[in-house]
Amino acid sequence: MNNMKEIISIVFITVGVLFNLLGCIGILRLPDTYNRLQAATKAVTLGCCSILVGVIFHFGLSDAATKAFIAIPILFFGSTVAAHALIRGTYHFGITLGDKCVKDDYKEAIK
Amino acid sequence: MSQFLNILLYVQISLSTICLYRIIRGPSIPDRMVGVDIFGILVVGVCAIISIQTGRSFILDIGIAWIILSFIGTLTLAKYLTGKKLNE
Amino acid sequence: MKYLTLFILSMILWLMLTFEFTAANLIAGAVASLICSLFFGRLFVSNVGKLLQPRRYYWFVIYLFVFLWECIKANVDVAYRVLHPAMPIRPGIVKVRTSLKSDMAKMLLANSITMTPGTISVDIIDDCLYIHWIYVRSEDPAVYTAMITGAFEKYIKKIIE
Repeated sequence: MNNMKEIISIVFITVGVLFNLLGCIGILRLPDTYNRLQAATKAVTLGCCSILVGVIFHFGLSDAATKAFIAIPILFFGSTVAAHALIRGTYHFGITLGDKCVKDDYKEAIK
Repeated sequence: MSQFLNILLYVQISLSTICLYRIIRGPSIPDRMVGVDIFGILVVGVCAIISIQTGRSFILDIGIAWIILSFIGTLTLAKYLTGKKLNE
Repeated sequence: MKYLTLFILSMILWLMLTFEFTAANLIAGAVASLICSLFFGRLFVSNVGKLLQPRRYYWFVIYLFVFLWECIKANVDVAYRVLHPAMPIRPGIVKVRTSLKSDMAKMLLANSITMTPGTISVDIIDDCLYIHWIYVRSEDPAVYTAMITGAFEKYIKKIIE
């Protein structure tokens, strides 16, 4: 039983680290700021949540598991709201959408 | 089992150097801010893995405080980019 | 009423974080929650009675599973775009009209859109959401509105409104 708990937690942590790896490859490879932010914030947020779920499985019912349980919603809302603010700031700063861009409705809205 | 956890910890730490690359070499200022934001989230994962290795729970407290501080920092920098007042 | 609810919620959060029931800890938590609720009470949700209806929690649990499934799909999508040698991207910002009214519901919808495949919300002006899409699959407003908000809007309407 104890061994089973260990294995589940290790699996969750491995999946999380793999997602983080994908997000960091996205930061390196994608061509402009918007797409980098998009790929990185999704992959890294889910990866770190998965690591925290692994921590919950490892500690069982104790104070550390409660702390990890509280950290998950804070991480979720924090990173999504930060990504939203950052992409809005990037647009107002004047970075263009790139030459592959096909549609831009926001330009008329902020005039 | 703990050997494997060690390897995962080293992978997670070396991922943050990719963000450092983006912070140093980013072509524009928003690119650097993306690097800082993602770096802040990755450190929480490092804190979680260290708390499993040492078996202490206070490291998760450091992680929670780190999320909130990085969130506030990113919001401030993003507001600085838009150039408006904070309550708009 | 708003202030009292925020006080109770922050007290529960404090007890879960510290995880001990001594008198000194309870007094410190009460003082901290009091200061918190005095400062931020006016920003809390206005209709507190909705927190006590069990029907909303039932829909919230279903919404959580739908959201988790979309989130995993989003990560597979990110992996496909990042690892593909040619990187199939076709970015654009589209405008989506929503029928949700309250601020809390709009916030939850924008946060859900940020975690779904290929989309991230840029701004909310009145009842229009502006969404950056990594691969614009269609340029017809009716089609992409159903594609982006269709999965979440009905659940959020049942949870909050």
